[in-house]
Amino acid sequence: MRVTLDQDKCCGAGTCVLSAPDVFDQDDDGIAILLDPTPPAHLAAGVRDAATRCPAAAIRLEAE
Amino acid sequence: MTTTPRHVVIAGASAAGLTAAETLRREGYNGHLTLIGDEPHLPYDRPPLSKQVLAGIWPPTRTALRSPDDHTRLDADLLLGRRATALHPSRRIIEVDYGEHIEYDALIIATGVTPRHLPQGHDLTGVHVLRTLDDAHRLRTHLLQRPRLAVVGAGFTGAEVAATACGLGLDVTLICRGPAPLAERLGGDIAHLVGQLHTDHGVRLRTGVGATSLVASHGRVAGLTLTDGTLVEADAVVVAIGSTPATDWLRTSGLDITDGVACDAYCQAAPGIYAAGDVARWHHPQLDAPIRLEHRTNATDQAITAARNLLGAHEPYAPVPYFWTDQYDTKIQAHGICTPGAQITVVHGDPAQRSFVALYSHDGRVTGALGWNSPRELRPYRELVAHPTPSEHATATGGP
Ligand SMILES: Cc1cc2nc3c(=O)[nH]c(=O)nc-3n(C[C@H](O)[C@H](O)[C@H](O)COP(=O)(O)OP(=O)(O)OC[C@H]3O[C@@H](n4cnc5c(N)ncnc54)[C@H](O)[C@@H]3O)c2cc1C
Ligand code: SF4
Repeated sequence: MRVTLDQDKCCGAGTCVLSAPDVFDQDDDGIAILLDPTPPAHLAAGVRDAATRCPAAAIRLEAE
Repeated sequence: MTTTPRHVVIAGASAAGLTAAETLRREGYNGHLTLIGDEPHLPYDRPPLSKQVLAGIWPPTRTALRSPDDHTRLDADLLLGRRATALHPSRRIIEVDYGEHIEYDALIIATGVTPRHLPQGHDLTGVHVLRTLDDAHRLRTHLLQRPRLAVVGAGFTGAEVAATACGLGLDVTLICRGPAPLAERLGGDIAHLVGQLHTDHGVRLRTGVGATSLVASHGRVAGLTLTDGTLVEADAVVVAIGSTPATDWLRTSGLDITDGVACDAYCQAAPGIYAAGDVARWHHPQLDAPIRLEHRTNATDQAITAARNLLGAHEPYAPVPYFWTDQYDTKIQAHGICTPGAQITVVHGDPAQRSFVALYSHDGRVTGALGWNSPRELRPYRELVAHPTPSEHATATGGP
């Protein structure tokens, strides 16, 4: 799985950090940071959840 | 539902409707899926409409919630520009405009809300509401002509429109029925800071007054009169006085649609019928009360639960409400319930510095946490709101 994050769209809700803390963090302005653009399989469910819940549609997923 | 449905219909193709569709697929539903939406556009996001789109920072296309490829992968019949007009729960039929009858096994209602209007005057040129991409386009086109703008209503939409228009250099009057913008949502102390934010930027803030009528001149709006008898001259008026659930089409359905589609704690309105998003009023199991939220994250979270329950999950929906609003360079975020009447304690930062976290508590229990330009600092307090402890304890140990 490959993850992309559009920081310009991010509204700083932090939902992604709750869903997948190993893959996302937030900077001081609350803008999400992608820690791992190719997360291992055991994190995939959390990442999918983050992408679905992100209120700004800022997270995109592509199957490898 | 115990048996897997063969045809799921979703009415309303926006944040909640699309999320419900995606969740059904993700949870393994591979039957027939139909999404009905009365707007002509592919599902798009609304929060940017009063912010980046109105400001002209984003082209409208950036609001698309998903790419065309994502829609292909979803494998749903997307009926856009089509309106659900009636529902017959006993026969499991939804009527769509042009006389079409669609049979379903399960239905998710996600038709959102529509802006409330003033009793008259909305036919005048220059009078706007803001809910859709088309509304945003019309309003922005008008604002580019640099009209004097009056905004009626200082809830989220009104306050954001005033801020964005002010950022475009317009002359703006914000008309606020309460003591300060967002007073009903944030309580007086914090709302007062929001008011200051607007006046600091040069917005003329009129508090404690409502609009009585729009003033016309040759078919165009020329201003409005207020409850205190004064006149505000304006070439453009945005009416942002709240919304009502889009349930007209359900009037003869037999469903309880008093302030939204009434649901149980599982987002279920009737056998095989679920609701999610702005249109849904459900029984919050922890608050033990019916609530309806018009917040973006609720649309997605509730749609996920509704879709999972439709497939048999039986999960109560008990979210910690969350919203944010961006005005000028300020981001306000809140978890939980931040209603007036709560005791407000600043636990981080300083309101004078325009960066702080405040806790809201009732009878010693923390019910909400609000961050003002403090997204990172606010996050740990979400847990506190989800699992409340006595507020004294919270104040002493809750800091990150
Ligand atoms: C300008 C603006 C700014 C906002 N900013 C924020 C913000 O900063 N933070 C925040 O938390 N929330 C914000 N919101 C609220 C957020 O956008 C909503 O909570 C969210 O859009 C709700 O999604 P929904 O899918 O439930 O409803 P909606 O987005 O309203 O979608 C419902 C869809 O159903 C369609 N429909 C209605 N009736 C029918 C019918 N009979 N047949 C077919 N289709 C129908 C509607 O046209 C619409 O496309 C904002 C809203 C607006 C308008
Ligand atoms: S969930 Fe989306 S909007 Fe929220 S912080 Fe993560 S990327 Fe940004």
